[in-house]
Amino acid sequence: MTQDWQKHIRNFCIIAHIDHGKSTLADRLLEYTGAVSDREMEEQLLDKMDLERERGITIKLKAVRLNYKAKDGEVYQLNLIDTPGHVDFTYEVSRSLAACEGALLIVDAAQGIEAQTLANVYLALEHDLEIIPVINKIDLPSAEPDRVKQEIEEVIGLDASQAILTSAKTGEGTQEILEAIVQRIPAPQGEVDKPLRALIFDSFFDPYKGAIPNIRVVEGEVKKGAKIKMMSSGKTFEVTDVGIYTPALQPVESLAAGEVGFIAASIKNVKDTRVGDTITEEDRPASEPLPGYKKATPMVYCGLYPIETNQYEDLRDALEKLQLNDASLLYEPETSTALGFGFRCGFLGLLHMEIVKERLEREYDLQLITTAPSVIYQVIKTDGEVMMVDNPTNLPDSSQVEAIEEPYVEASIIVPSDYVGSVMELCQEKRGQFDNMEYVAQNRVVMTYTLPLSEIIFDFFDALKSRTRGYASFDYEFKGYFEADLVKLDIMINGEVVDALSCIVHKEKAYYRGRVLAQKLRKLIPRQLFEVPIQAAIGNKIIARETVKAMRKDVLEKCYGGDISRKRKLLEKQKEGKKRMKQVGSVEIPQEAFMAVLSIDE
Amino acid sequence: MLGLYIHFPFCVQKCNYCDFLSGPISSRDVVQDYLQALEKELTIYHDFLKRDGNLKLETIYLGGGTPSLLETHELVRVLEKCRDLFNWSPQMEVTLEANPGTVDIKKLVQLKKAGLNRLSFGVQSFDQNLLASMGRIHSPKMAKESIMAAKEAGFKNISLDLMYGLPEQSLGQWEETLVQTIELDVQHISVYGLKVEEGTVWGEWESEGRLSLPEEDVVLTMRKYANKILRQAGFVRYEISNYARPGYESRHNLGYWTGKPYLGLGLGASSDYWNRRFVNTSNMEHYIFLLKRGQLPVTEEEILSFRQRMGETIFLGLRLSTGLDLEQFKKRYGVEIEVIYGAEIEKLKKMGLLKINQGHLQLTTKAVSIANYVFTFFV
Repeated sequence: MTQDWQKHIRNFCIIAHIDHGKSTLADRLLEYTGAVSDREMEEQLLDKMDLERERGITIKLKAVRLNYKAKDGEVYQLNLIDTPGHVDFTYEVSRSLAACEGALLIVDAAQGIEAQTLANVYLALEHDLEIIPVINKIDLPSAEPDRVKQEIEEVIGLDASQAILTSAKTGEGTQEILEAIVQRIPAPQGEVDKPLRALIFDSFFDPYKGAIPNIRVVEGEVKKGAKIKMMSSGKTFEVTDVGIYTPALQPVESLAAGEVGFIAASIKNVKDTRVGDTITEEDRPASEPLPGYKKATPMVYCGLYPIETNQYEDLRDALEKLQLNDASLLYEPETSTALGFGFRCGFLGLLHMEIVKERLEREYDLQLITTAPSVIYQVIKTDGEVMMVDNPTNLPDSSQVEAIEEPYVEASIIVPSDYVGSVMELCQEKRGQFDNMEYVAQNRVVMTYTLPLSEIIFDFFDALKSRTRGYASFDYEFKGYFEADLVKLDIMINGEVVDALSCIVHKEKAYYRGRVLAQKLRKLIPRQLFEVPIQAAIGNKIIARETVKAMRKDVLEKCYGGDISRKRKLLEKQKEGKKRMKQVGSVEIPQEAFMAVLSIDE
Repeated sequence: MLGLYIHFPFCVQKCNYCDFLSGPISSRDVVQDYLQALEKELTIYHDFLKRDGNLKLETIYLGGGTPSLLETHELVRVLEKCRDLFNWSPQMEVTLEANPGTVDIKKLVQLKKAGLNRLSFGVQSFDQNLLASMGRIHSPKMAKESIMAAKEAGFKNISLDLMYGLPEQSLGQWEETLVQTIELDVQHISVYGLKVEEGTVWGEWESEGRLSLPEEDVVLTMRKYANKILRQAGFVRYEISNYARPGYESRHNLGYWTGKPYLGLGLGASSDYWNRRFVNTSNMEHYIFLLKRGQLPVTEEEILSFRQRMGETIFLGLRLSTGLDLEQFKKRYGVEIEVIYGAEIEKLKKMGLLKINQGHLQLTTKAVSIANYVFTFFV
């Protein structure tokens, strides 16, 4: 039952494909409701992290409270929960959806529905959210709002007759959206008198206040001074601050059932604000935690190693801090004979992996080597034991292996019908199995394929984009483990297996990959003082061999008065380059070599 | 004690490999303005040096470009200006870079009279086709004639530059050039392996894949040929790229390699003085403008850290076959080299790339062709 005072609260999020204008629209809503003054208004206010700005995507969610005076004369509290749009971040989307009652579905008036939008809409429907279709960018000459409406009805099955036409760029339609939020999205429910149940949907670390969870209060109320308890661990804390985002942090008296905000409680250990956990009261605990949290399951693993071994501790601390902001990041220590001490990390996808690596390097000033990403293989051993292998090095000897199963995904690809042939060709190369094809509009089809995840994490997305001139959109979800004819491909440099370069590949592709990888490494590994053989091997069988010739000539021939500074700088640069290399045995290997396997064109 | 470098950024035409600050003369007026500016620059430095009590020059080097392209009286005037302003002694080494075909005996006699005592000819090759493909303006015959003229004019210290590793150059062609060089009986030879630089004609060709350079093995063999043929003819390879008959090493360049101070005058020239590295503007109008107003045309200045200085001292010293004088190093920096670079030196010695010989740190024979690798340990 909605209480009287809850009637003026609306909790909503925005679902959109990358580039369909979500951040710009969020900015318009903030502007319109006066949450930020013009002076503060920076383009795309919600995307705060530098990385997000650069990549034009939203990684971390934030919650902003807007006060909107509706046409009915009442002032409403609108809580906008920002969500990421990329397929890698499905889990984060699910967290924000669980904190809302409704969602704006933004579709580009020129481009129509994309695969990622579809996936997120289905997630929202699963959460029983009220969905308001918004057709954006109607100012574009190529806008076709009627066609897009038709797509929304046919593909998603939503009534699009009430869809709002907007241009986030010009601000047209902003008020209509705010009105629709008030009128169409249900107010939250939940009794204030009941014991506190609040959902942690995000958290971040503040150096002064400790770990700060962002919460949606579902039942009860939380005030400054309250004694709270984390339901998963039973740990208790005293609340020092309760507040909201306006978008600046602003303290409030309390957060009650239906409201969204943050609390601070001198939580020192970052692991105590586990995303998905339920917060309750110490003295009067709720009997059941909140349901419905899908735990993140990393799909892609790779090794992260500091180039300088003395940065290992720093890397561990940085990962610990990052994990607070990023609940889906997993890591555990591992040791590589080639790279020393590091961590095996699990990511939601390749983009997620790149972002984490970049953040570690930028925000924590670490120099890292990433090994080629791998999926988790399920290995059935001859003695019946089943083991999960997230690092190719750990694959048991083939004599002990009965079968190897690899993860498959169901991929949906939406593409203009002209490109169906190219997409089929690509999926076939990637060992895909065709499942279905449907027209979603006159000249757009959605194709469904079952594909090995390992093929997707290589260069599938880039290849798809280039073969469809960027018109294809793509999404996937985990389907299951299936047996495949897989072998471990080892790389030996100077006669020694470099474990960090091993990969598991399909047998039919092993020779090709081995050959190309060896060639690629020959180009990437700089000349050493001695000749360095590079070999690719399956088991004991060498399938490719390349040689990095010995460095025989490296000399500045002319060095007179005007040259000295320049030559010194050249030498300094050369030395810097050497520092960024990892010494494996007696060979210096550059960072890029460990990622070489990623960019093998087929 | 001081080395003076004076730059003349003029040439007949830009060679295909050249990335020096130089270009064809646009007008005689520019040359006049430039020479005037140079004189002003000399005067300004003279005033500073006088205050320091350091007016004694050890070497003067007129480089370019093609300084020999200037009129005789213009070059004489520059030399006379130096003579007026600084303490001039007969022991000084005074070098002019000259291109074959830009000097005749008359010019050379007058220059010698004005104090010039060393000539460095940009011969590069004795193969007509190679010279043409490099964009050189002279023929092998002109080169020989110029050198003969220099001898006739009484020059006893003549150097010439050769280049190897040129596009389409064969080992046979190179050997022939070396043999003809020996026959000319000069005192000093600089031998440079071609390095294709960005911003040159060849650099562009290379990026387009139109440059067919000899294989590395061939290039290395070419250097070996030079070493062997020149050694047999009595030359000592006293620096990575330089060979001389004993006693005829370039004193001006030795100054660079042993860390002596130098002043560079003229467009884009570098100096190392007052413990600072500074560089003149490379814009002609700017250069002339600043000096007209009585200002030094310096636009870049670098103050090297102690460590950077040490690094330079080491890699410059190691370029010499005599190596780095360890006693001098200690005198200059107040510390034994091992204190700072002990581990590096040990490692490189173990690898057979460095040795210590009579108080000098030296590259081993096999280290010379990969000297940069060794140098990176010290910067």
